[in-house]
Amino acid sequence: MGVTGTLAKLAMMLAAVMSFAVRDVVGQAAPIPEARQISVEDLVKSLQTPEKDRPLIIQVGSHVLYSQAHIPGSEYIGPASSDAGIQQLRKRVESLSRTKVIVLYCGCCPWNHCPNVKPAYEALQAMGFRNLKVLYIANNFGADWVDKGYPSAKGD
Amino acid sequence: MRSTKTWAVVAVLAILFGARLFFTRHNGASRTATLKSGQPLLAPDFTLPQLDGQTLRLSSYRGKVVLLDFWATWCVPCREQIPHFIEMQDKYRAEGFEIIGVSMDDGPEPVRSFFQQFHMNYPVVMGNAKIGELYGGVLGLPIAFLLDRNGRVYAKHIGATTPETIEKEVVALFETRQS
Repeated sequence: MGVTGTLAKLAMMLAAVMSFAVRDVVGQAAPIPEARQISVEDLVKSLQTPEKDRPLIIQVGSHVLYSQAHIPGSEYIGPASSDAGIQQLRKRVESLSRTKVIVLYCGCCPWNHCPNVKPAYEALQAMGFRNLKVLYIANNFGADWVDKGYPSAKGD
Repeated sequence: MRSTKTWAVVAVLAILFGARLFFTRHNGASRTATLKSGQPLLAPDFTLPQLDGQTLRLSSYRGKVVLLDFWATWCVPCREQIPHFIEMQDKYRAEGFEIIGVSMDDGPEPVRSFFQQFHMNYPVVMGNAKIGELYGGVLGLPIAFLLDRNGRVYAKHIGATTPETIEKEVVALFETRQS
């Protein structure tokens, strides 16, 4: 096997460790299963479908950030890190079918520091929503959405 | 032997891919846009209410080195920076250094509590969407602008930034004169 073989083994081990590290970091970021996360690119695609097929998109962060820029058609609910925000969120969705496709997003801070998406996700999950997704925003809404040229709207 | 080499190549590619994924998704690191070269931009002036009701006008700080910190009480990286800023404010006030916090909270109540709890020693104004847009869109926190004595933007820090980085720039700016 020789030196090359040893290097190959070492490289494979490092690759395995790295892949676990990546999963661990993502997992720590916010304990929202990856299957429940939706990428920016996939959400942008869904915005191009007929309106009746689009998900209900709810922003669960700050109003100051929402009024500067938000996903067109998304609704502002309020920061889900507060009790008032969670109450408002529950009220908004309580009459909806539990199969309704809902996408939650915030983008106030880096994913692993966002105080809003996890409580919002848990509240809706507890209400029985089965087609629930959380938009994975790595850094913030500005860097990962607006700066990439994806459609955005201003105002309330 | 050939298959071993192939595996080695595959493994190296896997590491590179993993590393890219890691650094792409393991976020929180700051991105710094330093405007030291080229035409410096004059920081847009504003007048905003402070927590005590008095108004603060940015242009009245000409002659000072100013750190304009956009933050919010619910923003963890922002909160982590505050004790360092308090320390820096104490350390360099006599040199003509002033920090201005611009809170992007939706209301002043949590900001007042935070201000008192952390014994903040620099003014905090309540920001809004308009000032966010004036500064190129504050669509994620924290964001800090470091201004020279002439009110020009020397650096823009997006995301949490180490206190050492900011302190180094602040000290460098003490050498500049007001024109």
